[in-house]
Amino acid sequence: MTTTMTAPGGVERSSTGTLLHALRLAPEFRAGLGVTLLLAVVSTAGRVVVPLAVQQTIDHGLNRSTPDLGLVRLACSLAAVAVAVTAVANYLMNVRLYRTTEDGLLSLRTKAFRRVHDLSVLHQASERRGSLVSRVTGDVDTISSFMQFGGLLVIISAAQLVLASAVMLWWSWQLTLVVYVCMLPLVLSLRIFQRRLQVAYGLVRQRIGEMLGAVSESVVGAPVIRAYGAQDRTATRIDEAVSRTTQAQTRAQTISATTFCSGEITTALANSAVIVLGVLLATGGSLSLGRLVGFLFLVTLFVQPVQVATEVLNEAQNAIAGMRRVLGVLDTPTDVGDPVTGVELPAGPLSVTFEHVHFAYPGGPDVLHDVDLTLTARTRVAVVGETGSGKTTFAKLLTRLMDPTRGRVLLSGVPLEQVQFASLRRRVVMVPQDGFLFDTTVADNVRYGRAGASDADLLLAFTELGLDDWLDSLPGGLSTPVGERGESLSVGERQLVAIARAYIADPDLLVLDEATSAVDPATEVRLARALDSLTRGRTTLTIAHRLSTAEAADEVLVVDRGVVVQRGAHRDLVDVPGVYGDLHASWVSQSR
Amino acid sequence: MSTAPAHPRGVIRRGLGILWIAVKDEPKIFAVSAVGSALFGGMTIAQAYVFGHITSTVIEPSIKAGHARTAALVSAVLLILGVATLKVVGILGRRLGAGIMQYRLQATYRKRVTRRYLELPLEWHQRHPTGELLSNANSDVEAAWYPIAPFPFAVGVVFMLITTLVLLFFTDPVLAIVGSVIFPSIAGLTVVYSRRMSPLMTRAQQLRGEVSTVAHESFDGALVVKTLGREAYETERFTAISRELRDTLVQVGRVRGLFDPIMEALPVIGVLLVLVVGSSRVGSGHLDSGSLVRVAYLFTLLAFPVRAIGWVLNELPRSVVGYERVQRVLTAQGQQEHGTSVRTVDAAVSLDVSGLGFAYGDEQVLHDVSFDVAPGRTVAVVGPTGSGKSTVATLLVRLVDPVTGTVGYDGTDVRAFAPGALADVASLAPQTTFLFDDSVRGNVTLGADVSDEQVWAALRVAQADGFVAALPTGLDTVVGERGTTLSGGQRQRLALARAVARKPRLLVLDDATSSVDPSVEQRILAGLRESSTAATVVVVAYRRATIALADEVVFVDGGRVVDRGSHAELLVRCAGYRDLVTAYERAEVERAAEHAGDELESA
Repeated sequence: MTTTMTAPGGVERSSTGTLLHALRLAPEFRAGLGVTLLLAVVSTAGRVVVPLAVQQTIDHGLNRSTPDLGLVRLACSLAAVAVAVTAVANYLMNVRLYRTTEDGLLSLRTKAFRRVHDLSVLHQASERRGSLVSRVTGDVDTISSFMQFGGLLVIISAAQLVLASAVMLWWSWQLTLVVYVCMLPLVLSLRIFQRRLQVAYGLVRQRIGEMLGAVSESVVGAPVIRAYGAQDRTATRIDEAVSRTTQAQTRAQTISATTFCSGEITTALANSAVIVLGVLLATGGSLSLGRLVGFLFLVTLFVQPVQVATEVLNEAQNAIAGMRRVLGVLDTPTDVGDPVTGVELPAGPLSVTFEHVHFAYPGGPDVLHDVDLTLTARTRVAVVGETGSGKTTFAKLLTRLMDPTRGRVLLSGVPLEQVQFASLRRRVVMVPQDGFLFDTTVADNVRYGRAGASDADLLLAFTELGLDDWLDSLPGGLSTPVGERGESLSVGERQLVAIARAYIADPDLLVLDEATSAVDPATEVRLARALDSLTRGRTTLTIAHRLSTAEAADEVLVVDRGVVVQRGAHRDLVDVPGVYGDLHASWVSQSR
Repeated sequence: MSTAPAHPRGVIRRGLGILWIAVKDEPKIFAVSAVGSALFGGMTIAQAYVFGHITSTVIEPSIKAGHARTAALVSAVLLILGVATLKVVGILGRRLGAGIMQYRLQATYRKRVTRRYLELPLEWHQRHPTGELLSNANSDVEAAWYPIAPFPFAVGVVFMLITTLVLLFFTDPVLAIVGSVIFPSIAGLTVVYSRRMSPLMTRAQQLRGEVSTVAHESFDGALVVKTLGREAYETERFTAISRELRDTLVQVGRVRGLFDPIMEALPVIGVLLVLVVGSSRVGSGHLDSGSLVRVAYLFTLLAFPVRAIGWVLNELPRSVVGYERVQRVLTAQGQQEHGTSVRTVDAAVSLDVSGLGFAYGDEQVLHDVSFDVAPGRTVAVVGPTGSGKSTVATLLVRLVDPVTGTVGYDGTDVRAFAPGALADVASLAPQTTFLFDDSVRGNVTLGADVSDEQVWAALRVAQADGFVAALPTGLDTVVGERGTTLSGGQRQRLALARAVARKPRLLVLDDATSSVDPSVEQRILAGLRESSTAATVVVVAYRRATIALADEVVFVDGGRVVDRGSHAELLVRCAGYRDLVTAYERAEVERAAEHAGDELESA
C-alpha cells in the first residue's frame, strides 16, 4: 500500500533528510526559527538556577560560623529574577512555536490534500481511502504533537544537558567524569531500547488498523450482517481483533516502562558515585560542601533529558513516519498532470481522435489494444461490450483521467496532454456509474456542476430533463438533504441527481458511463430522449449495458477484449453476425 | 457532534464519576497501579530524606573530620540504591497497571459498543451517519479512557503531597507554611488551567473531526471532483476548516504557553523561598542544614509529579464527551423484539404481506402494501425509481420493522421468530453489495455450515465459478477491504452466491444483477430457475427477462401497490406498468418512425 507513495524512485529519505525536505516544502516552519531556538535555550537557563542557589546558600550562607543571610537573600533574589526571565522566554517561545508549527502544518496539510486530488485515478485507487485521509489528518496531528511536546522537549533537554555539564565541569571535572561514565551504559543501550520500542509500537499501529477495519464492518455491513444472521461471527472477529490490539499495546507498554526504569537506576548509580567520590574529594579539600550537594541536584537535571529522550525517540519515530507519509503524497509525481503551458480547447463541438492508443495497468497486459479511430463532432456514440472489455478504460482515456501507455488522444485535433485542465474539465464532463453525492442538499449537489447557478437554473435543468415530477415528489424539493454519500436517496435517484449535475455544467463533450444503470426503463428512455434533444450540437458518448442507448445512437463502437471489433450504426450492425448481433439478441430476449 | 459542556465544574465532577466507574470496572489492576504509584511517591520522599540524612551524617562530618568513614559511605550507597530499587518497583506497578487498565477498558467498551451495533436494528443504523458510529467505537472510546493513563500517577501524587505537608510540619512549621502555600497553588493553578483549556481542547477535537469528515467525503467523491474539475473548490473547503483548526491550536498554544512556564517556575520559587527562610531558621538554630537540603530537594522532586493532577484534569472534558457519546450507543433503545418460533418444515415459505406502512422520518414511503406469494412461486416487484421497492425488500427479511402491517411466513409474523431463525430461512441479495475483508469462502458462507461443494454450486448459479477458480488461491483468496480487488460485477455475483448458498426457503433479490452483463444475467436467471425449485422468490427488477421468471407481478408506484397479476394481465390493464416495461420497445418504434420520416424527407 504505502509503496505507491514514497519518494520518486523509491528512495527512502533519512530522518534528517525528511525534516529538511519538510522545511523546504513548507517554508512557514522556518519563520523566525532562530529566535525561537534562542528563546528555548534561554528558557532552559532557569533549570540550573536551583543547584546554583543551593550551592551558594550552603557555602556562603550556612557553612560559616555566622550565616551570611544577606548573601543568601541576594543569591536567591538573583535566582528569582533569572526564573522570571526564563518564564517569559518560555512563554514567548511556546507562542512562537505553536504559531510556526501550526502554520507549517496547515500548509503541508492543504498541499497534501490538493495533491491527492491531483493524482491520477490510478494512484487514488491504489490506496485505501482511510489511508489517504490519514495522510491529511492523523499523520499531520502526529507531527504537530511531536513538534509541540516531544520535539520541544528534545531541544530543551539538549540545552539542559549542555548547561548542566558546563556547571558540573566548572565545579569539578572529576565528578563530571564519574557522572558521564555512569551515563554511558544507558546512552549505549538507548538505541537497542528504541529499536525494540519502534517494533512494538509498529505492531500496535498495525493491530489498531486491523481492529478499525473489523469495527467498521459492523457498521458499514449492517444490512448484510442482519440479513444473514452473521452477528455472532462478526462479534467474534471484532473481539479477536480488539484482543490482539490489547496484547500488542501491553507488550509495548512493558518495554517502555522498563526503558524508563533504567533511567531511574542510572540516577541512583550516579548519585552514589558522586557521593563516594565527592566525599573523598571534599575531605581532600578540593570540593566544598555546597558544590557537592549542588552536584546531587545537577545529576537529576542530567539524567532527566536522557530519560526524556527514551520517551520522545519513539514519538519522534512516529512523527518522522507520519511526515514521510505526508511528504510521500507531495512527492508522488502527478502522472497525469496539468500542462504548464497548456492550450484551451477550440470553441464549438468537439471531435475525438484516438491514434493507435494502447493502455495497460502497471504490470498488467493491455486492456485496450491499438484503438485508432475518429469520432465526428456532434455525434452520439454508444460504446458497448461485455464487462471487462475496456469500455470504461476508453472513457477514462477520453476524459484524461488516465494517459495511454502508447499512442495519443486528441480532441478537435489538440493532443489531450496539451490541454489546460481548466479548459478540459469545463468542456468535457463524465458521469460515472457511482453517482456519488455530497452530504448536502439536492440543489448544492447539482450546483457542483456549475458554481453560481441559481435555483431557477436548477429547476429549469430538472424540467428540461423531464425530472421535475420526480423532484416534486421529494419531501423538500431542491432543498432535500441527500444524506451521507447520497444514501437518503435510492441508487437510481442518486444517478438522476448526478445526471442533472453534469447537464448543468453544459459540456461540449458528455461522457456517460453506465450513468443510468439503476434507473427504471421509462425514466431512462425519457431521460435519454431529453438528453438527445438537449445535447444536439454536442458530442456525447454513452456506455451502457442496456442496448436501448445503442439503438438510439448515431454510431456504435463495439469493444471486445480491448479491441474495437465493430463500428457503425445500429441498423447496419444488428443483422450482421458478430459480437454486436449477439449482444443485441441477448438484450432483446431479456427486455422484450 | 455535541458541543463543549457548558459548565466546567460540572464536567470535572462528571469526569471524576467516570474515573470511579473505571475503578469499579477494573478494581484489581487499579489497586496494583495505585499502590505502585503510592510506593513511588513514598520513595520520592524517602529519597529526599536519604539525601538530607547523608548530608548531615556522612558528608558534613566527613568534611569536618577531614577523612571519610568507609562504613558510612557504604551505608549511604546502599540506602540510595535500596530506595531507587523500591522506586523502580513502584514505577513499574504504576505504569504497567495504568497502561493495562486503560487498554482493558478500551477493549471492553469497544466490544460493548460493537456488540450493541450488532444488536440494534437497521432502522437505528439508518438514523446515524456512518462516520459518527465509527468514531463512537474508535475515538470516543479512546477519549473516554484517556485520563486513565495518568490517573494512578495523580492518585499517588495526592498521597505524596499530603505526606509531604505532614512531614514538613514535623520538620519545621515555618517551612511547612511555605509548602502549604506553594503546592496548593500549583494544584489550584492546574484547575484554572484545565478550565481555560478544556473548551479549547474540545473545540480542537471537534474541528479535527470535521477536517477528517471533509477529507473523507472529498476523497470518496474524488472521481466526481476530478471529472467536474472542482479540485480548487474542494481544497478551499478543506483549507477553511483546517485554518479554523490551526487558529484553535494556536490559541491552545497561547494558554499553554502562559501556564506551563508558571507551573514550572512555582516550585523553583518555592525552593528559593525555602533557602531564604530556611537559612535564617538554621541561623536561629531551629533547623539543621541537613533538613534544609532535604526540604529543598523534596521541592525539586515534587515539581514534576504535581503536574500529573493537571494531566488528569485536562483530559476530563474530553473523557466526559467521549463517555457520554459511548453511553448513547450503549443505552440506545429500539432493539428488535424477537419471539421464540423456529421454522421446522423444510419447504418453501408461504409469504404473506399485509398492510405494510413505512416511513423514513416524516416521509411516508410505503402505504398499505399487501400481497402474498404461495410456496415455491416467484413474484416480481416492479415500479419506477424511488417507488419504495427496496424498502419492501428489506421489510420482507425483517431488516427493518414496518410502522404498520405485518410480514408473515407460513402464517407466522416474522417478529415471532427466534433471533437468527429468519436468517436460516430467508436470504436477501441487496442492490449494493457489501463484502467483508475475508476469503471468498468466508464471504459466501458468512460462518454458516456450508460445504465447499455447496459453495462451488452457489458460485456456479451466480456465474462466479469461472473468475473465482482463476483467483490465485481460489476460495481462500482474500478479497480485501470491501472487496476492492474485484470488479463491480464480480462483487455482485459473489453477493448473489452468498444468497443462494444457504439454500434459502425465501430468496429476495433486490435488483441484484444490475452490474452484470445481459448475457451473464441470462445464465444466472437460468441457473436460479433450475436450483430454486424449493424456494419462494421475490425479485425487484426492471428487466423483462427477470420479470418473465415471475408467476406474478406486483406493480408499485408512490409506495402503494397499484396492481397485481400476471405480466400479460398487467400489460393490458395497468397503464403505469405498460409504460415502464415497454419503454424500450416504444422508444424503438418512435425512433423507427422518425427514421422513416427522415428518409422520406431526404428522399
